[in-house]
Amino acid sequence: MSELPAPSLIHARGLTKRFGGFTAVDAIDFDVAPGESFGFLGPNGAGKTSTMRMIGCVSPVTNGLLTVMGMDPAKQGPLIRARLGVVPQLDTLDVELTVRENLSIYGRYFGLSRAEVSRRADELLDFAQLTERADDQVEPLSGGMKRRLTIARSLINEPTVLLLDEPTTGLDPQARHLLWDRLYRLKQRGVTLVLTTHYMDEAEQLCDRLVVMDKAKIVAEGSPRALIEQYSTREVTELRFAPGIAETLDGQLDGLAERIEHLPDRVLLYADDGESVVAAAHARGLQPEAVLVRRSSLEDVFLRLTGRSLIE
Amino acid sequence: MTSLARPSSPISRVFEHRFVQYRRTFRASIFSSFISPMMFLTAMGIGLGGYVTNDAALGGVPYLAFLAPGLLAATAMQSATFEATFPIMGGLVWSKVFHAMYATPISPRDIALGNLAWITVRLTMISTIFSVVIVIFGAAESPLIVLAIPAAVLTGLAFAGPIAAFAATQKTPNKFAAIFRFGITPLFLFSGTFFPIGSLPVVLQGLAWLTPLFHGVALTRGLSLGTIMDDPIATAIHVIYLVTLATVGAHLMIRNFDRRLIR
Ligand SMILES: Nc1ncnc2c1ncn2[C@@H]1O[C@H](COP(=O)(O)OP(=O)(O)O)[C@@H](O)[C@H]1O
Ligand SMILES: [Mg+2]
Repeated sequence: MSELPAPSLIHARGLTKRFGGFTAVDAIDFDVAPGESFGFLGPNGAGKTSTMRMIGCVSPVTNGLLTVMGMDPAKQGPLIRARLGVVPQLDTLDVELTVRENLSIYGRYFGLSRAEVSRRADELLDFAQLTERADDQVEPLSGGMKRRLTIARSLINEPTVLLLDEPTTGLDPQARHLLWDRLYRLKQRGVTLVLTTHYMDEAEQLCDRLVVMDKAKIVAEGSPRALIEQYSTREVTELRFAPGIAETLDGQLDGLAERIEHLPDRVLLYADDGESVVAAAHARGLQPEAVLVRRSSLEDVFLRLTGRSLIE
Repeated sequence: MTSLARPSSPISRVFEHRFVQYRRTFRASIFSSFISPMMFLTAMGIGLGGYVTNDAALGGVPYLAFLAPGLLAATAMQSATFEATFPIMGGLVWSKVFHAMYATPISPRDIALGNLAWITVRLTMISTIFSVVIVIFGAAESPLIVLAIPAAVLTGLAFAGPIAAFAATQKTPNKFAAIFRFGITPLFLFSGTFFPIGSLPVVLQGLAWLTPLFHGVALTRGLSLGTIMDDPIATAIHVIYLVTLATVGAHLMIRNFDRRLIR
């Protein structure tokens, strides 16, 4: 190993993953800096999990370069994994064991002493707000609690980098916000977060910087704000028309906004000042059933980049 | 294999997980490890054995003494098969805890060997309890019964490795029932556990010779009856056969754990 200072914690160039003849990750480039919170945003099947598994050193790189904390996953997998925290897309808890047993046995996998594991487990139970359930079996816990336990478990080795694959998918809004709060605290403590998501609000909440993935490729990169500025307008006006009306609109909306997207159930008009778009539409005699003016989001960026919405 | 003994080795951490799981049910498990051989030896050894008078074909010993070591080996086979199927599927498919282990410095090979180490300990517990029951029933003819414990463990491992290797290729437990129905049960009945295979038609005798349980029963019985060195060559063949199967099985298990977890 060279002693050159690592420019980034995770460094990928031309990173590729193939399963047989199928390319799940197609020559992507990215860097994650220490302390950064970095996201992969993309729809199902984009290749997010495949990328995370390569970073996690449980899936061999097919082609290209990948270093994690300056090390080579092919040669130093166990050393790298010793310093990673992993929250997989699907929970891998032992549901027959108690909450505390899940934490302590996981700590033992890293070779920590029983005393150390027990000390850290107490702290993490508190952090994950699971102290009261410590001696309960995992099976009957709610999805949100299981997810918090998985995150607590991933922290038992005090990892340098935390990999979170869709940390809040399938959770109700309250459980998601609680999780976001915990992840935000970790970020404040300087833990490097790498996460995947198909929720744009999650990416906007948690990521300093993100890449948008689609069909195995990275299609854009930047901070959530920069991406929105680059690929969208400040505001978006959504117009819903009565069934049958939308097809008769041909040309009537032209010039109202910088860009117009026709979705099956509504029309999106991209312009910095949404209210003036609404006024202009009414002035043309259009009578939408519902009008919504909102701030632009990563969803709009994704639509712009791929012509499809993020969650089909 | 020296790494097996190092307390901080990754293999021992996998073992520890199985132990923590087991701790939840160990009282019931120890209890049934006693009860089950007692029932079998009472019903078949004493009850049924009372009607068995042709002692010559049994080597001139009471039926109970003939049967008991056979059941010991057969029990090791059944326990090993159970341990090598459902818990392996659980770790790979249901709870996915083997995937969780692989996210840490532990390798798929460690996971395979840690599970085999656990199965070895479980087999030792079950076989020891069974042997104690044999002695309590007065069914051991020789102090070599002590060595029937490792012989039974070896018999179990000859099944555990290959069957766990198979289990690691499966996504559902559907085929496990077939292993028991078409594998374990016929072996249990026709590999010399209940009667000498000399009673079978010649073709079936040849088949019985090929089954690992036959060799296991020959060892445990030879030890319990004290006749193990009557035919040293046959004894060597039994041991070599079982060791080979256990070793090949362990290698296949490691290979299949690699294929399943590293992708
Ligand atoms: N082990 C595998 N074998 C074959 N194809 C796979 C495997 N894992 C993932 N894929 C395929 O690779 C593509 C990307 O999957 P994945 O990385 O899970 O995407 P995402 O996490 O963005 O939803 C999908 O089409 C998926 O079916
Ligand atoms: Mg995924």
